[in-house]
Amino acid sequence: MDIRIQKVSKAFDRFPALHDVSLSIRSGELIALLGPSGSGKTTLLRLIAGLEALDAGRIHFGDTDASHLSVQERNVGFVFQHYALFKHMSVLDNIGFGLAVRPWRTRPSGAEIHRRAEALLELIQLPGLGHRFPAQLSGGQRQRIALARALAIEPRVLLLDEPFGALDAKVRKDLRRWLRELHDETGHTTVFVTHDQEEAMELADRVVVMSNGRIEQIGTADEIYDSPASPFVFSFIGASNALKVTIEYGRIHHAGQPLALPKGDAAVPDGPAKLYLRPHDLRLTDDGAGAIRGIVTGTRRTSGTRLLEIEVGPQRERLEVEVPVSATIAARETVTLRPERWQLYSDA
Amino acid sequence: MTSARLAFKQPSILPGFGLSFGFTLAYLGLIVLFPLAVLILKSAGLGWTEFWRLALDPRTVAALRLSFGASAIAAAINLVFGLLIAWVLVRYRFVGRRLIDAMIDLPFALPTAVAGIALTAIYAPNGWVGQFFAPLGIKIAYTPLGAVVALVFVSLPFVVRTVEPVLAEIDREREEAAATLGASRLLTVWRVVLPSLVPALLTGFTLALARSIGEYGSVIFIAGNIPYVSEIAPLLIVIRLEEFDYPAATAIAAMMLGISFVLLLTINLIGAWSRRRFGHAV
Repeated sequence: MDIRIQKVSKAFDRFPALHDVSLSIRSGELIALLGPSGSGKTTLLRLIAGLEALDAGRIHFGDTDASHLSVQERNVGFVFQHYALFKHMSVLDNIGFGLAVRPWRTRPSGAEIHRRAEALLELIQLPGLGHRFPAQLSGGQRQRIALARALAIEPRVLLLDEPFGALDAKVRKDLRRWLRELHDETGHTTVFVTHDQEEAMELADRVVVMSNGRIEQIGTADEIYDSPASPFVFSFIGASNALKVTIEYGRIHHAGQPLALPKGDAAVPDGPAKLYLRPHDLRLTDDGAGAIRGIVTGTRRTSGTRLLEIEVGPQRERLEVEVPVSATIAARETVTLRPERWQLYSDA
Repeated sequence: MTSARLAFKQPSILPGFGLSFGFTLAYLGLIVLFPLAVLILKSAGLGWTEFWRLALDPRTVAALRLSFGASAIAAAINLVFGLLIAWVLVRYRFVGRRLIDAMIDLPFALPTAVAGIALTAIYAPNGWVGQFFAPLGIKIAYTPLGAVVALVFVSLPFVVRTVEPVLAEIDREREEAAATLGASRLLTVWRVVLPSLVPALLTGFTLALARSIGEYGSVIFIAGNIPYVSEIAPLLIVIRLEEFDYPAATAIAAMMLGISFVLLLTINLIGAWSRRRFGHAV
């Protein structure tokens, strides 16, 4: 089922959490809401679920206006970061809860609830654990049970709030792949919240980058990484460097010197601007004309590459540059750098 | 490991077990066990037949039945309304919340005789509340009903105070999860919130019950103390003492002690079971 969010706003005690957010989610899509804490991503998810009331705007599920439906009426599957399993119920009772609390006219029989809970246990690959209690399971198993419980009500959409946030790195990676497979198998429209950019980019069809209660950019992993729509997205996704530059007559100047870079297609007016560069898009060069000149202040070995820390210009701005592990560059050495790709944003 | 299991004390890096355990034993022995042991010793001196003759005396049995019956009813009433008060105090924010919160403990601070006199004045047939019940043929003061009212008053804080912190700790996410799964608010409270309160409710019930069984001061003013009807066991003990009938007083006391012990042990076992069942582990 597709979800249309139109001009939604929400404030808590006059502290604004979301401003005028609009988003269309296609049926069957897997969407990540990505942003730092306080960016409003969880608030948006809770608004879709009906766990918070809208201040303004509308939310449609397909053709239904869900804006003022209660949580119960929205029929959404919601998965919490800390599982929120009912600890006094067995795994089977947890999964069957949503069916067992239906009004008696639509409630399946006890045997049918049991059968469907067992089938879901099979789907989440935890058969035979039905009679355990949540306290007897690992974090990864609990989160899968929580997902099965959400799926049991045959939800219109599946909403996950930092579903892997409380798990360790290895389990998190396994569950990520598993969730993707499950999504492809069941085809639910799924929205999940995360602050882990790797998780968002690897798992989602489209990533919604949020900051300060607004959507900064909506796009595929390629789009948000390769053509970030704003300085925030550029610096939030992946490693980045920023240099203060000025544009004069359409040319980029750094520290008074023109750089041998065409301004690119971005229409940035003359005046102060910021040049954003990825560490792996900077090349060491022998040709000093119009390049960026700096002094190496340190080197760090990371797993597959070596990182140079370089101070540039009179203001001693710091850049990080990725070089091959084999590169032998000593500290205090002067180097010249030529960017292969860059983004320019007006700083006015 | 069998050897560790058989050991009296589990290995622990926390020092001071010997000292603190020794102190605990000595303290409990001196303050609790010693007086109780003397009581049992005294009643043992009566001999079986004499003990049972005194203990099963109709007036004694009636007094015991009222003491335990009224206490159970009072504790049950407080279980319901204590939970309600705790719920209101924890879940809602309103003007005067702290004031009400502070008032909960007043029954503890008030001398029970004062409470008894005040309640009698209110619930007597010509009292503020009693006058509305009198035309309906309901007498509160000077009846067993009066005893229940007094016991409800003095044992009110227990359930509120034991449930309050547990309720405050409850994770709201479980209730939200139940709501997203389609459960109405009532069903959520009944099937998700209440089960996790069971251990605390049971503890509060036990404390209220124990307090009521031992209560004396407030009840004797309001209950009317009619033998066989509205006379509580603690009062009967005092009456026997004033008659210098020490064997009878001892027998009643031993009966109260025995019944209370069995009662509290049973409730504690249920509590242990419920903690396993509705346990606090995640």
